[in-house]
Amino acid sequence: MNGRLVRAVVPDGLPLRILVDGAEVEAYTGDSLLVAVLAARHALRRHEFSDEARAGFCLMGACTTVVAAGMHVVTAGAPGFPQS
Amino acid sequence: MTRVAIVGAGPAGIAAANVLVAHGLAPVLIDEGLRPGGQIYRQPRPGLRLDIMALLGAEAENYRRTHATFANLKDRIDYRPYTLAWAIDDGTLHTMQDSAAATVDFDAIILATGAADRTLPIQGWTLPGVFTLGGAQVLLKEHGCLIGRRIVFCGSSPLLYLAATQYRAMGAEIVAILDTTPLVAKIAATGALMAAPGTFARGLGYMAALRRAGVAIHHGVALGAFEGTVGVEAVRFADRHGEEIALSCDAVAVGFGLKPETQLAELAGVELCYDPVFRQWLPHADADGRCGGNVFVAGDGATVGGAQAAALTGMLAACAALEDLKVAVVGIDRARLRRQVARLRRFQRGLARAFALPVDALRTLDDGVMVCRCEGVSAGELRASIRAEFGPSEVNRLKAITRCGMGRCQGRFCGLAAAELTAQTLSVPLEAVGRLRAQPPVKPLPIGIRRAD
Repeated sequence: MNGRLVRAVVPDGLPLRILVDGAEVEAYTGDSLLVAVLAARHALRRHEFSDEARAGFCLMGACTTVVAAGMHVVTAGAPGFPQS
Repeated sequence: MTRVAIVGAGPAGIAAANVLVAHGLAPVLIDEGLRPGGQIYRQPRPGLRLDIMALLGAEAENYRRTHATFANLKDRIDYRPYTLAWAIDDGTLHTMQDSAAATVDFDAIILATGAADRTLPIQGWTLPGVFTLGGAQVLLKEHGCLIGRRIVFCGSSPLLYLAATQYRAMGAEIVAILDTTPLVAKIAATGALMAAPGTFARGLGYMAALRRAGVAIHHGVALGAFEGTVGVEAVRFADRHGEEIALSCDAVAVGFGLKPETQLAELAGVELCYDPVFRQWLPHADADGRCGGNVFVAGDGATVGGAQAAALTGMLAACAALEDLKVAVVGIDRARLRRQVARLRRFQRGLARAFALPVDALRTLDDGVMVCRCEGVSAGELRASIRAEFGPSEVNRLKAITRCGMGRCQGRFCGLAAAELTAQTLSVPLEAVGRLRAQPPVKPLPIGIRRAD
């Protein structure tokens, strides 16, 4: 996969798929949502108050949601997402 | 039965639980993590073949012991993982587990909430690919992931050398280590650092091994900017001779030491006092972590002291709680623990001097740089607000006017810079501008939070 994060150790088990803004993203059981998305992509979302892309920062805050097969995620900045 | 709540399952929280169980109590242990260990002893997730013991090196034995202690306790305590403690009021702890809210009543509470990375705003620090130093380590330990392929480690922290060593061992290219503190500051602190000679020697060992491996280490740099368009592509800095250098990379780990997570202590009514060496506000407690009332603090959340001090202060806080609950403490030599803690804290004060925060860099920070990452408030907006007629001279007022510190992170990553900028702009000492007050919830709650069944 060609994302920002590099899996130095690939988890055991078969990858599962989640949908992020309608596109399939490969993830592994035990991934946090942040890890799954950034292992496949270069950014997570758009910042609410500017045009900047964001990709997490502290990695130990509130973004610990765990992925589940079939999860469908809509990010800020996706078409149709309410704009502030 | 007497009910003691512990918040945090790192070395301090686990050590505290162990003492309480040994005295016949069954504490509630609230852990934000999915598995115990805290940030320092974070476990690889199940199904990840990461050799954590090899990665931890000299810390491996403490890691093993901490997790062995927990394994022995877990059936005798009420352990609640993946649970956020988000407020304390009137003697009740408010938690959330998987969007379900619950309350915990307690006769005593031990806050072992740990620390987060201390950060400073730098041009380009909101670019994708820039992560905190501690976050980069946690990502590796828990998920076996690296923040990128070609990485610059920068800031002011002894952890720069440990993290770079761990990343290198896992296959990352270490482009450079850019340490903002001069080598002479580290040499000047040698006396205090000899309070923990083993740890000091290990730190020097990491530095020497990285040098032997050909990793570029620059001391005394001034960080200029993280540059790139859609993500970080280079770090620009001035070396100690003032020469401008740009290094190409695809990720940056940046950290300036640690900052205690004091929000819950503050909400519990604990007084915070300014510490001029750490340039931080710390919970006011006696040598055992007793804050008054039924509140106790331990570990890095009390005062940054490292994992070893965390475990010892966890034991002391548990003893203090037992004593105040009229349970006789047996089998623990508290005088000895206090001496060990005092020695380890002297060492940390030495580190704080050796790896000082480069606050003067904020004086030349460009007005366009976002200080508050969450709400998008720039240095220029803050300075203009402070300089305005009848402008704020205290950070909570500054927050009310500019929204700086009002976002998701609740000022964890901008509060320090906002205070330093205010103090600099007004030419007053840092402690004169106050600190951002803690507000519940201390971390974001989902809109769909519901009452637990």
